[in-house]
Amino acid sequence: METIVFSLLNGVIYGLLLFMLSSGLTLIFSMMGVLNFAHASFYMLGAYFAYTISDASSFWLALVFAPILVGLVGAAVERWGLRTVHVNGHVAELLFTFGLAYLIDEVVKIIWGRNAVDYQIPELLDFPLFELFGAQYPAYRIFTLFVALAMLVALWFILNRTRAGLIIQAALSHPHMVGHLGHNVPRIFMTVFGVGCALAGLAGVIGGNYLVTDPAMAVQMGPIVFVVVVVGGLGSLMGAFLAAMLLGLLQTFAVAIDANFADMFGWLGLSPTSEVGRISIASLAPMIPFLMLVLILMVRPRGLLGDREL
Amino acid sequence: MTTPALSITDLRKSFGPAKIIQGVNLEIEKGERHAIIGPNGAGKSTLFNLISGGYHPTSGSIRLNGTEIGGTKPYLINRMGLSRSFQVSNIFANMSVRENVRCGVLYSMGYGYSFWRNVGNLKEVQRKTAEILEKVDLLDKANLPAALLPYADQRTLEIAITIAGGAEVILLDEPTAGMSHSETERAVALIKQATEGKTLVIVEHDMGVVFNMADRISVLVYGEIIATGAPSEIRGDPRVREAYLGDEADALENGDAA
Amino acid sequence: MSDQTMQDFKNLAPSNSQKFTQRLLPLVVFAVVVLMIPMFNPSSLVLTLLNVMGINIVFALSYNMLLGRGGLLSFGHAVYFGLGGYAAVHAMRMIEEASYGDGGFWASYPVFFLPVIGFACGALAGAVIGWPSCRRAGTPFAMISLGVAELIAAAGFMFGSIFGGEEGISGDRMNGPELFGLSLGPISEVYWFIAFWTIVGTFCIYAFTRTPLGKMSEATRDNPERVEFVGYDPQRVRYLVFIFAGGFAGLAGGMAAVQYEIFTPEAVSLAPSGMVLLMAYIGGIRYFAGPIVGAVVLTYMQSMMSDYSEAWLLYLGILFMVVVMFAPGGLAGIVAGLINGMRAEDRNERIGRWLTVSAGGLLAFAGLIVLIEVAVRWSNGYGEVFEPFGMHLPTASALTWALILIPIAAGVGLLRLAMKRKEEGHA
Repeated sequence: METIVFSLLNGVIYGLLLFMLSSGLTLIFSMMGVLNFAHASFYMLGAYFAYTISDASSFWLALVFAPILVGLVGAAVERWGLRTVHVNGHVAELLFTFGLAYLIDEVVKIIWGRNAVDYQIPELLDFPLFELFGAQYPAYRIFTLFVALAMLVALWFILNRTRAGLIIQAALSHPHMVGHLGHNVPRIFMTVFGVGCALAGLAGVIGGNYLVTDPAMAVQMGPIVFVVVVVGGLGSLMGAFLAAMLLGLLQTFAVAIDANFADMFGWLGLSPTSEVGRISIASLAPMIPFLMLVLILMVRPRGLLGDREL
Repeated sequence: MTTPALSITDLRKSFGPAKIIQGVNLEIEKGERHAIIGPNGAGKSTLFNLISGGYHPTSGSIRLNGTEIGGTKPYLINRMGLSRSFQVSNIFANMSVRENVRCGVLYSMGYGYSFWRNVGNLKEVQRKTAEILEKVDLLDKANLPAALLPYADQRTLEIAITIAGGAEVILLDEPTAGMSHSETERAVALIKQATEGKTLVIVEHDMGVVFNMADRISVLVYGEIIATGAPSEIRGDPRVREAYLGDEADALENGDAA
Repeated sequence: MSDQTMQDFKNLAPSNSQKFTQRLLPLVVFAVVVLMIPMFNPSSLVLTLLNVMGINIVFALSYNMLLGRGGLLSFGHAVYFGLGGYAAVHAMRMIEEASYGDGGFWASYPVFFLPVIGFACGALAGAVIGWPSCRRAGTPFAMISLGVAELIAAAGFMFGSIFGGEEGISGDRMNGPELFGLSLGPISEVYWFIAFWTIVGTFCIYAFTRTPLGKMSEATRDNPERVEFVGYDPQRVRYLVFIFAGGFAGLAGGMAAVQYEIFTPEAVSLAPSGMVLLMAYIGGIRYFAGPIVGAVVLTYMQSMMSDYSEAWLLYLGILFMVVVMFAPGGLAGIVAGLINGMRAEDRNERIGRWLTVSAGGLLAFAGLIVLIEVAVRWSNGYGEVFEPFGMHLPTASALTWALILIPIAAGVGLLRLAMKRKEEGHA
């Protein structure tokens, strides 16, 4: 019971974090067709910017300015990089962002060093919020939950209640139509790319001290972001949300389960001393996203809620 | 009576609520040149896609030489002797003209997915490729990259790829679209010569081309064939005149003059 | 008519002398260079470098069967390299066991032919994994390759008996029957082994491009829809090409197994998959020789530059980005452009533009080097100072920043000038 409640809470928070991280990419991918390999690198930049800003002033300033800075970097990348490559097609764009991820990784290592930085939870939130089954639950996790929910609500509001949001929604499902409406497509692309990156940056601000801020964080998260976007489906933020929650919960529960293959498949005659029998469910957790990715692409290439195939 | 080359019975195709093809019946004899005309949006391209395997029919049957082919994969239909061209040039842009035609030849000569043969040593493939190129008059451009060909030549190459496999039934989708008058004339002569003795089904807007080439004509309107017959019968048919308005009716009238 | 056609079709194909200069001659030159190298008595360090180059050449060429010739962007090609290599190491151990034990098949299997085992295993892995992967090209293919690569990499640490856990699996190449009088002990003898398989691999991959399947692979890359209407199943074409690409990657893995005598789970991870992508792309995926150039250049950078600069990965990233943005034909494309340009009518104009571009590029790059090197030393915090050509460039000196900003500004200016001229030239 205890495990279930904690896993549920942690899973939801991890899922929301994943959604924050992936929602930007869903926007970018659906509108521009660019599966941005460097998206997790912007998440990493968000964490590092937040670390530097909160070191110099406060976490609350970082919460506001770090995502904005990341967004500006993203817009610049679109304006002076991606736009040049665009004419050469999607594979060239994918390769461009692949190289960009490499570059950001190296630059981060030079500026902030190869080891993890001490990006701390703000003192104001550094206390146990409540006690559950004799274990304390940190306030910052609940704060993460609220920031993610706030972002979710804001995103929903912008997309459904503003003019810009309606244009974006139209463009999500019919990317070719935007130009016909007389809008400045390059500028829309630049804005969407920038905003998408800023959302990843926000996830970085929140996730960087919740998890850990080191140069490997982009490589760890990068492929998982893809999984969320692809599993969720092209053009569907709701799908990305579902996929992120599903992943968050599955992974958290898998880690919490104290069992191995022999326990589960012993009735098939699997010996607990054999190599396969010794594999624990927890050790499978990192594989879950990729199993989902491959299965979804094989069985349902449009993703959970996507409106068209990749 | 011999089996018709192509026999379509009560063919229907819907996309969601939109019924694009609603009960087409058509028989095309071996060696016949058959044109399908009709106003824009009548479903001509859909019909072609159904016959050549691009789309699954919602219901009805399509028989090629008596064998049902409705819903079969395009490459299987192609191997059974039906080949088609496309309205928009659909060629292998990064390969040379010669290589483009060779792609059309390889399978029919039995070289399928072979990976133990050097294409340079396949004499009969080279001969056939050269023969096709000569037929369509592209010999002198054989080694140019296909993407650099002028538009009319790309259209011709499209036809060359289509006939290269030696299919007995050829479907041409607006082969002269976008061509100038003289280019069209050349293309018609070329098509006539290159499809000599084969069954030809052609979708065309240019009435001059249609009346010049076709043995029989079918008129497709709103997914139904409203008339089929020899060019003279079609020209006199009041239902056909009704379906065509304005300019197009004139074109129908002046068809034989062109 | 048939006589005339006979003549015509002979005219169409390249003449024998063209065939010789364009196809056979480069291969012969390549082989001669490979055979001549040992005459210069290279040090074992150089020999090791050359061996790694040979391995990477075959690996990058196999990758380009997918990306360049098939239009399939894979992020997991090292899986086949790694699995082929592991199979070869396991076979190596069996040879050792068998030759000290009761003999049998493995006792009579020469280590020299281990790459064949690698090929078989790589192809087998390709046949299994390719089945679900090759249904679609484009992004779905790229994503599946990424997912599979992550899965295999995770499995690498899970199945110790196959992958050997963190330490990997090691063997000894000096067992079993000797071939061509090579004991494969000293690195100079391994060189011949690598040379042999590099030439065989290169030749076979080139030959593949000349087969009906190889040609249809290019056609499928250009236009999968049209391929269906000339009698081919594009999925089947991709699948078969994928198996061969896996096989040749496995061949390279088998070569690596003999060279290193050890394989670790790192070999199937994402990093080498990314590296082979960089090699093929930087070299130039539209040219057969492109991946060879890329493999040679990147292998050299990897082993030499990592001694000179810690930031070599950054330089590599910059090189890759520059190629993606400004030279999609890669290094081979640049060379081909130069050669064609020399023959063009507006030769002088082109030469002028190249000189401007090279000067601009070099200047900007020089400034960038100073920036990166100074930054790296600042980042380390050991108080070390970048001192090129006897200059002293600490972080806070005005000279340092002048040497960074002025060349970059001047270089970018020149590049823009060249671009502007090119546009005017087109207009």
